[in-house]
Amino acid sequence: MDALDGNAIGGLLREVFGAEMTTTMSACGSCGAARQVGELVVYNHAPGTVVRCRSCENILMVFVTMRERTCVDLLGLSALG
Amino acid sequence: MAGTALRGRLSPRPLLWQVAKVSAVAVETASVATITLDVPDWPGHQAGQHVDIRLTDDDGYMAERSYSIASAPGEPVALTVERIDDGEVSPYLTDELRVGDDLELRGPIGGYFVWEPADGGPLLLAAGGSGVVPLRSILRHRERTGSDVAVRLLYSSRTLDDVIYSGELDHPAAGVEVIHTLTRHQPPGWTGYARRVDAALLAEVAWPAGAMPLAYICGPTTFVEAVSQALVQSGYPPQRVKTERFGGTGGS
Repeated sequence: MDALDGNAIGGLLREVFGAEMTTTMSACGSCGAARQVGELVVYNHAPGTVVRCRSCENILMVFVTMRERTCVDLLGLSALG
Repeated sequence: MAGTALRGRLSPRPLLWQVAKVSAVAVETASVATITLDVPDWPGHQAGQHVDIRLTDDDGYMAERSYSIASAPGEPVALTVERIDDGEVSPYLTDELRVGDDLELRGPIGGYFVWEPADGGPLLLAAGGSGVVPLRSILRHRERTGSDVAVRLLYSSRTLDDVIYSGELDHPAAGVEVIHTLTRHQPPGWTGYARRVDAALLAEVAWPAGAMPLAYICGPTTFVEAVSQALVQSGYPPQRVKTERFGGTGGS
């Protein structure tokens, strides 16, 4: 499966967070790398989206959408915003 | 005031799906079309942003894809779409959609892969195949705003027939250089590049890192990886190399 960039899920992120998120800073909970969300590695295959750290590949965020409800896991992040 | 900015930032501004109407369809190449849309409540967009398109089947099944906006800010929203033969969405957009049809979309989306004249340059734009679409928005925005930022567009296509916007790109605005490479087949007498973009080719055509260039790279994932890695290795600061991968190898 091909990796995309965080900006590919700008629509989903805005749906979840209610704001433009691709320029928001994120920090990896594993290696600490700080990057804009738009730079992160995204694997986007319905119904799930996995966002990984571009430095250490740690899973930062997971979104799963079923029947118009989105389940959000941000446990891999140490900071967002 | 910081408090005001924070409230503005956090106040929910939902990104709603809305119905646009197709106002024009133009064939670009055998597999690429530009669809111009009339979007009733369009808030305006920035060069480099995209929209999400949603198609709903008779049984309620929905398929969603992102497409870069091809037009400049201030122009009607236009999407340039390449047909992926086994795709769920693109064959409908390129082959079935007609003027007057409705299309569900939300946008504009994204703040990362955008360019404004104040961001400066010099600009290195690198496109693999239909990755040229958001870069075309940037070029038109530059021209419409009277920006004199120097631009080099490096555009990799399989064959000459696959070149999108060839009419425009054959006559670039002052200060814009367009460099083509054709990776699969070249017409007789072709004097441009005839190979994939790699570090050696970039060393010939890209701005030197010392010029503090700003790079926007869009295309298939393999193309974007190759170009961005080569640029960073040649000294481009990673934060001045913006990437938009759209998956696949694309063959370009």
